[in-house]
Amino acid sequence: MKTDLDNRNTKVMNRFDVTSRLIAKLGNEEAVIGGIGNTNFDLWAAGHRPQNFYMLGSMGLAFPIALGVALAQPDRHVFALEGDGSLLMQLGALSTIAALKPKNLTMIVMDNGIYQITGAQPTPAAGVADIVAIALGSGLANSAWAADEEDFERLIEAAMGASEPHLIAVRIDDKPGIGTTRRDPVQIRERFMHGLGVREPL
Amino acid sequence: MAIAEQKTSPQAAQGAGESSWDGIVLQTLKRNEISLIPYVPDRVLTPLIKNLHADPFFTTFATAREEEAVGIVSGAWMGGRRGAVLMQTSGFATLANVLASLAVPYQIPLIMFVSERGTLGEFNYGQSLVCRTMRPVLDSLALEHHTITRLDELEFIADRSIKQAVTTQAPVALILNPLLTGGKVFDK
Repeated sequence: MKTDLDNRNTKVMNRFDVTSRLIAKLGNEEAVIGGIGNTNFDLWAAGHRPQNFYMLGSMGLAFPIALGVALAQPDRHVFALEGDGSLLMQLGALSTIAALKPKNLTMIVMDNGIYQITGAQPTPAAGVADIVAIALGSGLANSAWAADEEDFERLIEAAMGASEPHLIAVRIDDKPGIGTTRRDPVQIRERFMHGLGVREPL
Repeated sequence: MAIAEQKTSPQAAQGAGESSWDGIVLQTLKRNEISLIPYVPDRVLTPLIKNLHADPFFTTFATAREEEAVGIVSGAWMGGRRGAVLMQTSGFATLANVLASLAVPYQIPLIMFVSERGTLGEFNYGQSLVCRTMRPVLDSLALEHHTITRLDELEFIADRSIKQAVTTQAPVALILNPLLTGGKVFDK
């Protein structure tokens, strides 16, 4: 597919590689919310942490769930990983987050323009819509495309010390996720709550 | 009468509407340490929303969609903060997916207050049909739900339902019927 958006000055990266780079930057038990499908498969594969939450459905809610965690624990930084197709389902969430301005929330959008897990069909936005422009228009002033891996790491570092929410968009390839998340929702939630210090381990 | 007693009690003097349905809901939320209140507006909920905004105990804000609000309070619960979602019947109708894939399987005590449109004088055919989808959805997921019609039962039902939701880690829907709230009347 050749469109004007392909002319953006952004390298096409790999989701697992980018996710691993994010995890490597974490040192303060930051929470990470994985969206459905490949974003949480790669989050799992990057090395399970008790502060990771894996969604099993409810497409599009990675950012709202992360917002809830961020509002509950303002001293903990919260990252959310979302696919471009999932984000399209819940664009209104960007404005909600922009209005609330949680300083401890960073949103990462993995954009490959396709619904990869269902057979790589293009999203309705592929080739026409610019996620960072949408985020900026939604009121999220700190929104940027990552130009390459180093730029992504720089944006992550900037977001962790910021006083406003950040959105980082990454162009990624069409490689499937590595690994598969375990699919016991209660176990996922309990471990996450232990990781956040809300529950004592069993 | 309980209502008359509340009107003359010292607590009643603290805030307007202490004995109104919205005042009772606000106080019940507060007593149960439910402080995060995302909502999608509804005419009937207006006094409650206004008073929640006015009370610094609560973090009250509008969301673009009810699903979003459910995601937010689910995340907040996991982070150790209690919340509740306010919506009207048509908003509930958008929630089947998030209830079945997040709140129920992850065992999250999602507390929902639903202002009931579509019954007792509804003037919008679309609203009345949407209303009829609500209880079958709740029943199909085996979700606890109560329809509140009486002011003197409101505090008991709301307080006990919230406590049950939290202790059993299960969602609950509290449906605010027009007999309680007055509902919305055809005025334009």
